[in-house]
Amino acid sequence: MSLLEVNDLAVHFGGVKAVDGVSFSVDAGEVFAIIGPNGAGKSTIFNLISRIYEPTRGTIRFDGKDITDLKSHDIASLGIARTFQNIELFDHSTVLANLLMGRHTHRSTNFVQDILFLPKVRREERAHRKRVEEVIEFLELEAYRKKMIAGLPYGVRKVVEIGRALAIGPKIILLDEPASGLSVEETQDVAFWIEDMRRDMGLTVLMVEHDMSLVTQVSDRVLAVANGKPLAMGTAQEVQADPHVQAAYLGTPEEDAA
Amino acid sequence: MRVVFKKSYDPDIDLHEHGWSRAKIAVLAGIMIILPFLVGNYYLAEAANTLIWALAGMGLMIAVGHTGQVSLGHAAFLAIGAYTDAALMNAGLPFLLAFPAAGLVAGLFGAVIAIPAVRMSGIYLAIATLAVFVIVEELVILLEPITGGVGGIMAPSITFFGISFDRYGALQNFYWLVLGVVALVTWGYANLMRSPTGRSFLAVRDSEVSARALGINVTKTKALAFGLSSGVTGLAGALMGHYIGFFNYELFSIFISINLLLVVTIGGLGFIQGAFLGAILITGMPQLIAILRDNLNATTGIDLGSVPGLDTMLFSVILILFIIFEPTGLYGRWLKIRTWFEIFPLARRDMFRRQKSYLKTERMK
Repeated sequence: MSLLEVNDLAVHFGGVKAVDGVSFSVDAGEVFAIIGPNGAGKSTIFNLISRIYEPTRGTIRFDGKDITDLKSHDIASLGIARTFQNIELFDHSTVLANLLMGRHTHRSTNFVQDILFLPKVRREERAHRKRVEEVIEFLELEAYRKKMIAGLPYGVRKVVEIGRALAIGPKIILLDEPASGLSVEETQDVAFWIEDMRRDMGLTVLMVEHDMSLVTQVSDRVLAVANGKPLAMGTAQEVQADPHVQAAYLGTPEEDAA
Repeated sequence: MRVVFKKSYDPDIDLHEHGWSRAKIAVLAGIMIILPFLVGNYYLAEAANTLIWALAGMGLMIAVGHTGQVSLGHAAFLAIGAYTDAALMNAGLPFLLAFPAAGLVAGLFGAVIAIPAVRMSGIYLAIATLAVFVIVEELVILLEPITGGVGGIMAPSITFFGISFDRYGALQNFYWLVLGVVALVTWGYANLMRSPTGRSFLAVRDSEVSARALGINVTKTKALAFGLSSGVTGLAGALMGHYIGFFNYELFSIFISINLLLVVTIGGLGFIQGAFLGAILITGMPQLIAILRDNLNATTGIDLGSVPGLDTMLFSVILILFIIFEPTGLYGRWLKIRTWFEIFPLARRDMFRRQKSYLKTERMK
């Protein structure tokens, strides 16, 4: 059964066709990767799904529901979590506070109850914290709990951002270049976590990634895009062997001759 | 350095992690409560003034320090609070109803203007709030039957439960009233900041795009923050009206807005404590300068009072030095000093140097 269905999605910025007729569907429990050269429109697809951009045409369906007209802040409560290519954490808060912010969709208290800090608020805070502690344990962030984001190394920030997305308790997690800027060991950690998310948490993973070894290792299916258009879809090996994909990355012999 | 052994999540949720910091707050509260018996009327009135400024500072801190919404128009909310309170009391309403109503009116007004205004940010929002200030100032002059126009209005004497809280007749009671309001607001503010609402404010301040991705309605959150901010400032305005006694539109000038902004910046953006430290500095500094000048005159015969603008210059120099050398404000400086002692002798010179932050995705804002 497909959890996320993207149908003929397109967005044009003036004359620039950033994404132009991309269709794919992601099955529940699948790890689906989108690859492509720089500027291919991979992150734009993510921004369309998380409703930051308004599509020019096409539809996005999640869990049988059309989400094309929803607001960007309504997406998280459906169970769609995401990370950003250039880490977007709350720099002046602790790791713990950042993860707790991921629980926003699960709050049921209003601001008056919050100001009075009624017993209900405390009960919910305990529950949020318990859930966040599970994420901290999963990603081995115990040592950083009370550290400010502003002082943390890049690799840890990347992990905290994945943690914040997991704290939402999503059905699908959109990872925008989870391994960019990470060392080989850290990339291996990410690979294991993606495996665990799928196996233990029953999560569906949609990711954009340049590191082909990571893509090959974890993904079930791969979609290659270039210039906003889909090139090929299939297993990592199939896509890598595709002549169109090779042409997009390496150029064609004819072009070289010309 | 104190290590707290935690057996549940509650110490992290509580306002204070351990008994020691609770005791410190209790001692501070105790001193503030018995202050009328320790100092004379002049200094007690100054203390009340400082508390009122701290209250207004907390109001602005919610918007500027915790939600990242710069406002140059907060004098307008002080004015709305002061005039609403005075007008309702003149119409016969008791203080206990007029005072919360003043906060409510200022808060609602703030929230309503925030809905269009918070779509702007930074300098544009500052200019928009400045425009709001000018509009409110004109309205105050135009609504003469309520506000007394250019001539001004008298803030009636406060009496409830048969006890007088008049600023001149019963200064001690007035001081305790102000202290009580400030304590309540501080408690509510601290609660807010440890709750989901407070976290959503911080989220909006630090990264709007990821706040949205976490399901936070940014416009609503900003409007709520701005509403709470102007509501608290409105309460401070009502008390300021009673403190001054007789006031007109000139009391709430643009300089009050700027001074308020200085309170939160010099005090320490993003810390409730900063509003208090900033208020102490802003209200205390002119006093200190005056005392020093008088002493200098008495001991050496040098009369600096004849030099025009000396106070203002000294004041400005101190502010500029702060902004250059201690952008985290007085509270930030205090945190550094405290850490230095806590981890002595391991403190390093560059421990607090700000790290270069990684590239933000500006284009998605």
